Amino acid sequence: MPEDSQSNPLKPSRRHFLVATGTAAAAGVVSSYLLAQAETVADSTAVLEQEKVEGAVPIVLRINGEERKLSVDPRTTLLDCIRESVVLTGTKKGCDHGQCGACTVHVNGRRVVSCLSLALMHDGEEITTIEGLGTPEALHPMQAAFLACDGYQCGYCTSGQIMSAVALLKEPCGPEDAAVKELMSGNICRCGAYANIVQAIQQVRKSS
Amino acid sequence: MHTFEFTRAESAAAAMKAASQAKTAQQGADIRFVAGGTTLIDLMKLNVETPSRLIDINRLTLDKIEDTPDGGLKIGGMARNSDLAHHPRVLRDYPVLSQAILSGASAQIRNMATTAGNLLQRTRCVYFRDTAMPCNKREPGTGCPAITGSNRMLAILGTSDHCIATNPSDMCVAMAALEATIHIQGVKGERSVPIGDFHLLPGTTPHRETVLEPGDLITYVTLPPPKAGNKQVYLKLRDRASYEFALASAAVVMNVSGGNVSYVRIALGGVGTKPWRSREAEAALAGKPANEANFRKAAEAALHDAKPQSENKFKIELAKRCLVHTLQSAAKG
Repeated sequence: MPEDSQSNPLKPSRRHFLVATGTAAAAGVVSSYLLAQAETVADSTAVLEQEKVEGAVPIVLRINGEERKLSVDPRTTLLDCIRESVVLTGTKKGCDHGQCGACTVHVNGRRVVSCLSLALMHDGEEITTIEGLGTPEALHPMQAAFLACDGYQCGYCTSGQIMSAVALLKEPCGPEDAAVKELMSGNICRCGAYANIVQAIQQVRKSS
Repeated sequence: MHTFEFTRAESAAAAMKAASQAKTAQQGADIRFVAGGTTLIDLMKLNVETPSRLIDINRLTLDKIEDTPDGGLKIGGMARNSDLAHHPRVLRDYPVLSQAILSGASAQIRNMATTAGNLLQRTRCVYFRDTAMPCNKREPGTGCPAITGSNRMLAILGTSDHCIATNPSDMCVAMAALEATIHIQGVKGERSVPIGDFHLLPGTTPHRETVLEPGDLITYVTLPPPKAGNKQVYLKLRDRASYEFALASAAVVMNVSGGNVSYVRIALGGVGTKPWRSREAEAALAGKPANEANFRKAAEAALHDAKPQSENKFKIELAKRCLVHTLQSAAKG
């Protein structure tokens, strides 16, 4: 069983490192901002209040079974909301125009491209992202199959591929590889791991 | 993306009332309905569509697919493309519609896109999608750079000196061959429009794409009862095997009895400025023996008035062969 690097400060994960340094960098910006504003603004809470987006609208999303009360600019896509507001960064932004499938999530159990939908259109709906499928200790069978079959190289498209593949299990799909390829054609893999992706999906379909 | 006001319509009447304040009809209007969002949000990110107000109609209960009393099918405007393509009645009685829908977009997009939204799908012309370029459809009077520019994917039928943009829909091509009727609710009441009259040719007003007026809401689409013995086939030819728009496609609904064509409806996709019903091809085939020579004659008739652009002369022969092959498939049953 791999060690949980997130909880071990001596062995930070790559993401933990990025989030931590990102926060430090942002803190630097905020500090200088605060210094510049020090004469007119007494406390930092007031500054944060000022930074609220004008025209933001409250919504409630159920993401991976957890209710999240959010306030979003109407222009916010479901993708940006998941990544920036909820900070679940497993869902990736590729083309941002519905052409690559990297942003695939499930809405009420059906796969969609989250970049072509506004967060406000999903008030009260059930969203599942890659983080909601399995855990490092208990992978979803599709995640395990992608690992076993080497269904990725750089990994950027992988969460979208897996979200599509999991949804495909419940969709009408013929038994042959060609049918799987057709239904996975909305997920582009720049590295070209397609053969192994199809193998992973077929492995799960045959065992379920 | 420009800022906009977002409201959710709780009833069709409320949606229509709100949208009726728009200065122009749905496409490109300042007040827009949003359903699946697959066309609109894409174009809003490109600043091609810049509505000041979005009315979310996803909560309207217009997503039902049900039998009509005469044995036809009533398809709610909000029925998702994937639900329509896999509906048992569509699979049994209107397979050409299922084939057409499943040949378009991706599984994710078909889960989002709606029937009414697909009817209003906008062109993929690269000049239309790029606000740095002139475009008569996007900004009337600015010109059409596609005519002398990149036009390989664009139309060869129904074009004008002002616009050669292709209608990209597969669903609409099948619906044209099935003689669907579009039902519209507007501030002045209900009306129904045959699909052949719903989309407009570009002419001198390419920014007007349909007969919709401000406030109009497509509530449902009806298909006439299926005719016994009719064979239906959709064939789509494109640069990739999947997830690509058509270079040429054909939808055929045909009945062959005693070796002769007793009924035929033909529509083409990927080649027209609107979903292209070809009455010329139908007339060339009606009553004739169902053989390759006559299928070729029908294809010649369908493309007789085709006007190729600088990069897409190949589409004329491609569309003809596409139609001949589709007719052969339908004749074999």
